[in-house]
Amino acid sequence: MTGTTGTALGAPAERREGRQKVTGAARYAAEYTLPGRAHAWPVPAAIAHGRVTSVDTSAALALPGVLAVLTPGDAPRLAEPEDHTLALLQNPKVPHRGWCVALAVADTLETARAAARAVRVHYAPEPHDVTLVPGHPDAYEPEEAGGQPGRLEQGDPAAAYAAAEVRLDVTYRVPPLHNHPMEPHASTAHWDGDRLTVYTSSQGGSTVRSVLAGMFELPEDHVTAVTEHVGGGFGSKGTPRPDVVLAALAARRTGRPVTVAYPRRHLPTTVGHRAPTVQRLRLGARPDGRLTALLHEVTTHTSRVREFVEQAALPSRVMYATPALLSTHRVTALDVPSPSWMRAPGEAPGMYALESAMDELADALGIDPVELRLRNEPDREPGSGKPFSSRSLVACLREGARRFDWDGRDPRPGTRREGPWLTGTGVAAATYPAAAQPSAAAARALPDGTFTIRINATDIGTGARTVLAQIAADTLGAPLDRVRVEIGHSDLPYAWLAGGSMGTASWGWPVHDACAELASRLAAHPGPLPAEGIETRADTTGKADADSPYAKHAFGAHFAEVAVDTVTGELRVRRLLGVYAAGRILNARTARSQFTGAMVMGLGMALTEHSTLDPAFGDFPEADLASYHVPVHADVPDIEAHWIEEDDPHLNPMGSKGIGEIGIVGTAAALGNAVHHATGIRFRELPLTPDRILAGLLSEG
Amino acid sequence: MTSASHHSEVTLRVNGKPHTLRVDNRRVLLDLLREDLDLTGSKKGCDHGQCGACTVLADGRRVNSCLLLAVTLDGSEITTVEGLGGDGEEPHPLQRAFLDRDAFQCGYCTPGQLCSAVGLLAEAAAGHPSHVTDPAAPSGRPVPLDRTEIRERMSGNLCRCGAYPRIVGAIEDVIE
Repeated sequence: MTGTTGTALGAPAERREGRQKVTGAARYAAEYTLPGRAHAWPVPAAIAHGRVTSVDTSAALALPGVLAVLTPGDAPRLAEPEDHTLALLQNPKVPHRGWCVALAVADTLETARAAARAVRVHYAPEPHDVTLVPGHPDAYEPEEAGGQPGRLEQGDPAAAYAAAEVRLDVTYRVPPLHNHPMEPHASTAHWDGDRLTVYTSSQGGSTVRSVLAGMFELPEDHVTAVTEHVGGGFGSKGTPRPDVVLAALAARRTGRPVTVAYPRRHLPTTVGHRAPTVQRLRLGARPDGRLTALLHEVTTHTSRVREFVEQAALPSRVMYATPALLSTHRVTALDVPSPSWMRAPGEAPGMYALESAMDELADALGIDPVELRLRNEPDREPGSGKPFSSRSLVACLREGARRFDWDGRDPRPGTRREGPWLTGTGVAAATYPAAAQPSAAAARALPDGTFTIRINATDIGTGARTVLAQIAADTLGAPLDRVRVEIGHSDLPYAWLAGGSMGTASWGWPVHDACAELASRLAAHPGPLPAEGIETRADTTGKADADSPYAKHAFGAHFAEVAVDTVTGELRVRRLLGVYAAGRILNARTARSQFTGAMVMGLGMALTEHSTLDPAFGDFPEADLASYHVPVHADVPDIEAHWIEEDDPHLNPMGSKGIGEIGIVGTAAALGNAVHHATGIRFRELPLTPDRILAGLLSEG
Repeated sequence: MTSASHHSEVTLRVNGKPHTLRVDNRRVLLDLLREDLDLTGSKKGCDHGQCGACTVLADGRRVNSCLLLAVTLDGSEITTVEGLGGDGEEPHPLQRAFLDRDAFQCGYCTPGQLCSAVGLLAEAAAGHPSHVTDPAAPSGRPVPLDRTEIRERMSGNLCRCGAYPRIVGAIEDVIE
């Protein structure tokens, strides 16, 4: 590719921290057992709206081993953060149920938990509203959704739709969803004078440092954030979450190191969720399948703490050629926990709706759904008019169809029976933006012939250490085993977070640049290296974030086969296949794990994951892993992921697009479309649980 | 109540080493391992027996260590992920298979998956049936482990990174 010369890139190199992870040696944030370490346990608000009038801590403080109970009245004061979900224990307002209203600190976990339960909080409740409905009187059109304008209108969509020869008007619903990384959010904090160190479960330690420095009014170099191993995040650890602020507050109050390890049941109200969406899709088409109008209107909620818009209408600006396009969001601020990023925010629910609607259109027109997508392939990005840096959706669809044996598929729904089972197949496309953010890295050559790469990247399970070593080795022309990589510590050069499928692109870029400069310095260096070696540094500010004349996205195609039990409504996934085009794949082994892993999460979104907002209590009844069903081994068949290599010179020196999220994007629609093909019934609300399937079969079958 | 009444003495063998501890009666095995013995390989994913990240072997059987009060385990032999490989430098074959298959990403569920898989192999060898075992199969004989059996028997161990197909493959590698 453009900037690298070696053979390490693309190779299936084994995860560098793998041995630590399989032997239990890898330490996560709650596992820094510092001397004198105490534990803190948050007290969640029991009302959905109102304020705390008083907190009775006497019973809690009377328990042996309790060190302190922090309350809104007496917690250390913090400077106002930009993200108001972090303004914890600073005032008595309760913006949603589950909001932290006190924090018990004790010698042991058991005592901290008992103390939290012994805290008596008195409230002045006010009426609350947590119910998302289209046409809510407080709904408004946000200026921005996912960094893009909240509304985009081209041509005359209403008139074009009204005049269309074939029209489809359907509404799809996605419930609130929870990230639930296996490691609950946790931080261990300790103060040494006015220096703060946190070991934190975060997708980006550089941001943790700057946010804490701001809130505790410290110079940035007085804050150290360590993110050595992180047990998944999927967006919910993208920016600092309450655990790290509470741990720092409790450690300051008690003078001891303190760990806040969130109980699983607290996560849904505390760390963000995928906001529910109601999505109206109107497609107008000619009988040959060409779209003449595409209207995608998204209704969603946010909290009263901050605005977050699930940008589900954005993919309609990317996918298909149409002379008339409407892509809008309407959001209502309710008394709900704050939503946030969850794997492929916007794209995952938005493409579920769009790709399901495309399947309905194919059905209405009698056109094969793969063919319908091929006929609507745009020359340029519809929303921006920019040319694509590369776009291989057609190749993904064709390759997927070939591998899945799609040709010759009988399009008639509800006709394939095997005893009580009905079987069917479905397809959907996927897309996800490819971008990078400014980051810095240092590369050092040592006299013993080894190299050290330093960058504050975070490995949340992607294999960051491994792929950065590969990028460095290739750029340096050095063997992979000569390259050490140091990440996960805020003393290292600043780096963007592991999120938005931008980690590897953002980090690999300065690693490449620093290594390229180091290689030329070494080539010009006479004789042996000095004892401390030679170091180069690179910073991609102004480069990684420069405006581009190109629209940059990864694309993919998902194919699924399901069997539906007509007696019980049970749904079994028989096959799941994804073909992706995401620039150059930098590590075949870890890339495949990310693709297939995201497909498993898409399977969960389609079939098992379901949360609701209880109108009376105002939070999520499905707060634990017994009631919120993430997929288990028995749900998941063998999954195939393949890719088409793209040679795209407009991305970054590695030629890579992000791969962490696209695998979830089309999975739910492919599965839903397969269920329609199996049963002849269109289910337009996720998840496709047996009760819903059975009700559908009984009423329509 | 005095604090003394909250505590009991318990002796466990953990990864072959005896430990006598005075523990809070509320302390579960998982917290004993993590807090008292600094064996943090066993993970806390839910603390409610719903995720399997805390799975260890107690007297050879897989258990959710977050659900077992430590004081009930006096005299038990506990094996955690740190002890799977025994005293040697070489990892357990299953640990090697997990590396070969890339059967994890974030690694947080991995110790539980590994301990659970070791327990599964012993259960199948001892003839324990599962929900998907053919009811007509003779009882008490070793149960052959195909992918369906492995998936069923591993379903108490959640993996949010979605490494399931790789984990099943790694377990198959060890059986073969």
